[in-house]
Amino acid sequence: MQSCVKRSHIEIPIFRNLKFFVYIAIERKEAILDPQGKAIEHALGSLGFREIENTRVGKLVRLTVDANSPDEARKVAESASEKLLANPIMETFSVIKVSDSPVLEGVAE
Amino acid sequence: MRTRVVVFPGSNCDHDAMYAVKNIIGEEDTEFVWHKEDSIGKNVDLVILPGGFSYGDYLRTGAIARFSPVMKDVIRYANEGGTVLGICNGFQVLCESGLLPGVLIRNESLKFSCKEVNLRVERNDTRFTTELGLQEVIKIPIAHGEGNYIADDNVLSDLESNGQVLFRYCDMDGETTRDANPNGSLNNIAGIISKEGNVMGLMPHPERACEAILGSADGRKIFESLRDYFSSPNGVAVTFKARPELAEGSRREEAPALA
Repeated sequence: MQSCVKRSHIEIPIFRNLKFFVYIAIERKEAILDPQGKAIEHALGSLGFREIENTRVGKLVRLTVDANSPDEARKVAESASEKLLANPIMETFSVIKVSDSPVLEGVAE
Repeated sequence: MRTRVVVFPGSNCDHDAMYAVKNIIGEEDTEFVWHKEDSIGKNVDLVILPGGFSYGDYLRTGAIARFSPVMKDVIRYANEGGTVLGICNGFQVLCESGLLPGVLIRNESLKFSCKEVNLRVERNDTRFTTELGLQEVIKIPIAHGEGNYIADDNVLSDLESNGQVLFRYCDMDGETTRDANPNGSLNNIAGIISKEGNVMGLMPHPERACEAILGSADGRKIFESLRDYFSSPNGVAVTFKARPELAEGSRREEAPALA
């Protein structure tokens, strides 16, 4: 990323090198059958997890984004999700974390 | 019939499609187009998006192929009325591109399904199906893990009321039973056509069923229909247009209940 600082009429470029790790969860819409989730649920059931139901399998994508702020990084990730990462016919996406660390922790509230 | 077969990294039915059109149907002007090309060329009659696993099916089937350089030109070509046939992975690419509605997801069984299936021909007034009989049952192989066609209720009812479903999985008698459905697709859908009638996608592989020695030559009729259409555009009864009255007929079926 490049921005400029004006100093006595001379523009001096400043290169910023901020990287953000953006985590995006992609899920199938509820109305759409998830055969994988169903198979996993059956397996969990046979292991005795009777209290688990409606298991769904989605995707977690981590992007490393050059940006000036977490907000900017989030916007880039949302645009990428709309264009390619999720198919709006069957999926929804949500940016679940924008972080300066490539370790996904502390997402759960 | 100037035919171009698009080759993506991971396409594996490109040579079968080429063989069917060039060697069996005898259309000499048939060539491959590599996905990095930014043009399919001029005066093309037919573009085939072949089966395979473009880009390893990463992300979603067809999702990355859809952004291949050549696809920009294929989409332009289709939007201008050009004829596009998407087979298997090609059908998935067409759905991801938005040239056909809906999407193909993992087979209900989670299994890759490779076998011969029966298809019922729902329309024979399209450029892809004039050589076939209406309600004829044809035998064509499938080979896919993600052929489960889905669309939301509005899209599905539009497809049905417009008569855009060309092929359905059926039993030997033409009944579209649940058992005859190899992947769980809604309304046993195996192949659909665009509203304008120029883009067709199907999961089964007609190019693999063009010679009796391979078990069936029924697929050949699709390529022959196209050949007829391009050799005498006025001589072929292609009257396909949205026909709402079809919605009232027996062809409209409830989606099979999903387990």
